[in-house]
Amino acid sequence: MKISYYPGCTLKTKAKNLESSALACLDALGVEYEELPRWNCCGAVYSLSDDDLIHLIAPVRDLIRVQEQGFDTVLTLCSMCYNTLARANELMKNDEVKRGTINDFMDEEPDYKGEIKVVHFLDFIRDEIGWDKLKASVKNSLNGMKLAPYYGCTLLRPGDVSIDKSNSPVVFEECMEALGAEIVKFPKAIECCGSYQVLGNPEAALKVSNDIITDATAHGAEAMALTCPLCDYNLGHRQEEMLKKYKGTKALPMFYFTQLMAVALGVDPENYNLDLNQNISQEFLKGKNLLEKVTT
Amino acid sequence: MPIKISKETADEQFRQKVKEISGEDFQKCYQCGTCSGSCPMADQITVLPRRVMALLQLGRKDALEEANTHWVCASCHMCMVRCPRGIDITRVMESLRQLKLRKNEDIINPSEISKEDTEKLPQVAMVSGFRKLTS
Repeated sequence: MKISYYPGCTLKTKAKNLESSALACLDALGVEYEELPRWNCCGAVYSLSDDDLIHLIAPVRDLIRVQEQGFDTVLTLCSMCYNTLARANELMKNDEVKRGTINDFMDEEPDYKGEIKVVHFLDFIRDEIGWDKLKASVKNSLNGMKLAPYYGCTLLRPGDVSIDKSNSPVVFEECMEALGAEIVKFPKAIECCGSYQVLGNPEAALKVSNDIITDATAHGAEAMALTCPLCDYNLGHRQEEMLKKYKGTKALPMFYFTQLMAVALGVDPENYNLDLNQNISQEFLKGKNLLEKVTT
Repeated sequence: MPIKISKETADEQFRQKVKEISGEDFQKCYQCGTCSGSCPMADQITVLPRRVMALLQLGRKDALEEANTHWVCASCHMCMVRCPRGIDITRVMESLRQLKLRKNEDIINPSEISKEDTEKLPQVAMVSGFRKLTS
């Protein structure tokens, strides 16, 4: 089975570490994929106004490109891209009137009826590879690292595009457990990091991100796994600000889950791109002897 | 704090506009407060979502224009997945934002973001922030 891969804007620049590690994992697991030619920005957020169809053009055009590419499944890595593409797809599948308007508007494109399946890396691995095969592919177990998988919002909500049960998901935990991590469950794993409010209300975003980190460390986490470049910015890159502002907050190394998967699958460390993480992340892996293992 | 109601305080056109843009029937809200209890921004907003719904039912445009709730909302959809009445409150918040943004009134000014920040911020932050907070 060969699938289409949709990167999205951030994965080619600020979140290269998410893309390079994920693609290396797909190679290691024997998944055939091809990057979507002529992909465009999906718009990052799905339009929530009933009378606004123009913001659906971007994600729908991407889905039409997938159809032209000849694949029936498109794989996403960024949670926000996943959400935007999956919701646009649901609308094209289920809302006959809006589908008609959008198809008429894009009269230079072939009609689209929502036939493409939009998946995220996590549910793709669960459904197409399975935890047993993933476990069998592990070369360097994460060796009981106390890891807090953080979902954030857009993989789980709203329910019709959720990759698991919106209020009680397990897919992320099961995935990281298969790689050898000891899972730290914490209540704020499905709460919001503040998202785009980093622009509008940066202090409010910092506060909710701090709540997430202190919740995870209070439950015993020594590292956190992420799926989204915006979460990585709020929880990882703003951590220095957080440590200055909030007494009692402990620094927590952040990784894209695909980086940890790449470590566990023993792929070439060049693909981890750890220089894009905070310094403590790299030091944490060194301290766990997980970098040496691979390079020797 | 009591909510004052009279013919003068109820703005029917405003109520209809919010219904039209959001596509949601906020009359269904029975004030259980699950949304307020689920909101991660609860301690940062001036009017909790439960009260926003009550003010909408009463057509209190003036009170909602003063609230910061929809400008601090990060569209996390937690209130929506937990609402026992099936109201997509996230869409209601979006409609309150749209009523201002559609008058060409921006909440943030992209040109005021420092060079240092634009170099650090991931694209997904800027695209989503501009979509939600500028006209």
